[in-house]
Amino acid sequence: MSSDHEIKTWTPHTIGLVLFVILGGAAAFYRMQQGLGAATHLNDAYPWGFWLGFDVLGGVAMAGGGFIIAAAVYIFNWKRYRPIGRPAVLTAFLGYLMAIIALFLDIGHPWRLWHPAIMWQWHSVMWVVAIHVILYTTTLAIESSPMLLERLQWHKARKAVGGIMVGAVIFGVMLSTLHQSSLGAVFLIAPSKMSPLWFSRFLPYLFLISAIAMGLAMVSTEAMLSAKAFKHKVDDEVFFGLGRGLLITLAVYLVFKLYFLVANAGVGAAFDGSVEGNMYLLEMAVGVIIPLLILVRKRSRTSVSGLFAVNLLVITGVLINRMNVCIFSMQRYNAVQRGADYFPSGAEFLVTLGIVSFGIFLFKMAAKHLPLFVDA
Amino acid sequence: MAINRRDFLKVTAGSGLLLAADVSPGLASPPKSLPPEAVGILYDATLCIGCKSCMVNCKKYNSMPGGALRQDNGSIPYEYQSSARIYDAPTDLSAKTLNIIKVYRSGTGVNKDQVENGYSFVQQHCLHCVDPACASVCPVGAFHKLPGSGIVAYEADKCIGCRYCELACPFGVPRFEWRNASPKLVKCQLCRHRVAEGGYSACCEFCPTGASLFGKVVDLRAEAARRLALPAGSSYDYPLNRIGSGRSMPKKVANYYQHTYGLTEAGGTQCMLLAGVPFDKLGFNPRITDQRYPDLTWEYIVKVPILIAALLAAGTVVQRLTRNKGDDR
Repeated sequence: MSSDHEIKTWTPHTIGLVLFVILGGAAAFYRMQQGLGAATHLNDAYPWGFWLGFDVLGGVAMAGGGFIIAAAVYIFNWKRYRPIGRPAVLTAFLGYLMAIIALFLDIGHPWRLWHPAIMWQWHSVMWVVAIHVILYTTTLAIESSPMLLERLQWHKARKAVGGIMVGAVIFGVMLSTLHQSSLGAVFLIAPSKMSPLWFSRFLPYLFLISAIAMGLAMVSTEAMLSAKAFKHKVDDEVFFGLGRGLLITLAVYLVFKLYFLVANAGVGAAFDGSVEGNMYLLEMAVGVIIPLLILVRKRSRTSVSGLFAVNLLVITGVLINRMNVCIFSMQRYNAVQRGADYFPSGAEFLVTLGIVSFGIFLFKMAAKHLPLFVDA
Repeated sequence: MAINRRDFLKVTAGSGLLLAADVSPGLASPPKSLPPEAVGILYDATLCIGCKSCMVNCKKYNSMPGGALRQDNGSIPYEYQSSARIYDAPTDLSAKTLNIIKVYRSGTGVNKDQVENGYSFVQQHCLHCVDPACASVCPVGAFHKLPGSGIVAYEADKCIGCRYCELACPFGVPRFEWRNASPKLVKCQLCRHRVAEGGYSACCEFCPTGASLFGKVVDLRAEAARRLALPAGSSYDYPLNRIGSGRSMPKKVANYYQHTYGLTEAGGTQCMLLAGVPFDKLGFNPRITDQRYPDLTWEYIVKVPILIAALLAAGTVVQRLTRNKGDDR
C-alpha cells in the first residue's frame, strides 16, 4: 500500500501540534542545560510532581488499552475487536515512548537511564518497574511492527513476526498487568506520608483496575476520533462492547474504592473540606460515579455520543487519581511536617504539552503512512 | 454480544483472587539486622545548648575529600560565592546541610526541655536505619549499608536521580541538588571518610557538652537506657564526644521524656535521640511506625515471580481454548 492521500499532513491542527512540540523541546532543552531546580518547581518535599504524576503514571495508564485489546483479539479471540487492535497497540507503544521521554527528563541524570538494566536490585519496586518498561516497550514495538513491515513490503519479516505474535501478546499482557500494578506498588513505601484516602496495601491492584478502565475508555475514544478524522468507520457494536466492559470494570473499582475508604480513612475524611478530601471527591465523581450513573442507563450505553462523554470523564478521572496518589495524597504531610508547597512551573506544563502533542502527531503520521486501520 | 459478561467476570474474578491471595513463598524478606560493630550517634537534647558547633564542623569536615558535601570542583558548599565569604545560615536540611539544630518553643519559652512555656533543641540528620527504606527502593543500589559499621552510604556514580529515596525515607532525610544540572542526592553518611581512618563523626568530636555522642550502637542503647533510669535532679557524669573517650562532664539530670527515639522507629535506627519533650513536638512525624519499611514493598515483590508464571499460563490456556472459536459471541 501507499500513504493515504485523504489524510493531509499540514492542517491547522498539525501545525499547532508541531508548534507545541517545538515549545516543549525548548523547555526540555532548558531543563537539560540548567537542571531540574531551574526548570521545575519540584522540591525536597515534593520530589515527584507533574511529569511523574501526569506523563509517566497517567501515560502508562492510558497505554492500558493496548494490552486489553491485544488480549481480546489474540488471547480471547474476540475477532470483533480486530479493527481497533492496531491503533490500540500503537497508542500503547506511543504512550510508553512518551512516558520514557518524560522519565528521561525527570531523572537527575538522564544519560544514566540504562543503569537499572545492569545494576540489578530485585528488592526495589522501581527496578521492577524499569525492567518492565524496557521489556514491554520492546514487546509493543514487536506487536506494532507488522504495519511497518507491510508498508516496507518486507514479506519474510512480516511472516516471522506473525508467527511469534500470539507469544508476544501473551508475554506482553503478563508484563503490562504487572507493570500497571507495580506502579501502584511504588507508593507502598510511603504509608506515613500519604493520606489514608489513597494509601492501602491493595494500591497495586487499584492501579491495575483503574488502568483497565482508562484503557477501555482510551481505545474507545481513539476509535471514535479516528472515525471522524481519518474516515475509519468502526462498527458501533465495538463501542457498545467497550462500554459494557467499562461498566463492569468501574463497578468493581467502585466497590474496592468504597471498601478501602471505609476501612482505611473513614467516610468523614473525604468530606472534611480539606484539599485531600476535595481531590478525592473530584476523582471519584469525575472518573467513577458520574460515568457509572450514565452507563447504567441502557439508552446512554448504546449511544456513541453518550459513551464519548463517559470515556472523557473516565480518562480525566483516572488522570486525577494518578496525580492525587503522586502529589495531593502527601499535601497534608508536606504542609504540616515540611512546610512545603508545589505547583508545576511553566516549563513543566510546556514539556507535558509537547510530549502529548508529539504522541498525537506520531499517531497521525502512522494513520497516514502505515496500514493502521485494517478490517477483520 | 461482543464481550461476554460471564467470561469477563470469570477472568476478572480469577485474576483478582490470584492477586489478593497471600502467596508468600519460602523467599523470606532479606531484613537487615544490626551488625555487632555498627556505629551511631546518641543525641541528648537535654545536654544541647544550641551552639551549632556540630553544624559548622559537619560542613567543614564533609567538604574535605571523601566527605558527603565534597564538590567535584572542590568549592566550599557552605560559603556564598562572594568576596565577603559569608557563611550560610540554613533553616533546614538541604543539599548543602547534612545536620541541623532546630528549636521547639512554646509560650514564654523559658523552661529548657519542658513542653509548657518551654523550649528544646533537636538535631536532625540521617538516622542510619538498621533496614533503610532508601536502600531498599533504590533501583540501582546507590544507597547501601556499609558492612561492619552499618553506615547507610551513597554512591553518586550509580545514582540516576529518580529521587525515590526522598519519597521513601520516612524521616525526610535525603536531599537533592536541585540547582545542579549534574546532581547528587545528599545526606549524612556518618563521616564515613573519617570512620574509615579510625576517626568518628565531626558533629560528635566538636560537641562541647556531650549532646552528640558517637559510639557502637549497643553501647549507645545501654547509655540511653541508663540515662532514662536516672532520677531527675540527680547528678550524672555524662561522657563526651565518643564512648570510651575518657572525657566526661558532670551535670544535673533533666526530666527525660521516657522514650529513646530510634530504638524501634522504622524497625530501629543506629542514631537515637533523648529529649525532655515528646518527639512529635520536635518535628518527628507521629505517623512513623515501628514497621520495617522495606517489608511494605517486599510483600508485593515476592508475588511478582508467581504472577509472571500464573499470567503466562493463564494466557496460554485461554488462547488454546478459544482459538478455534468464531466471533459469534
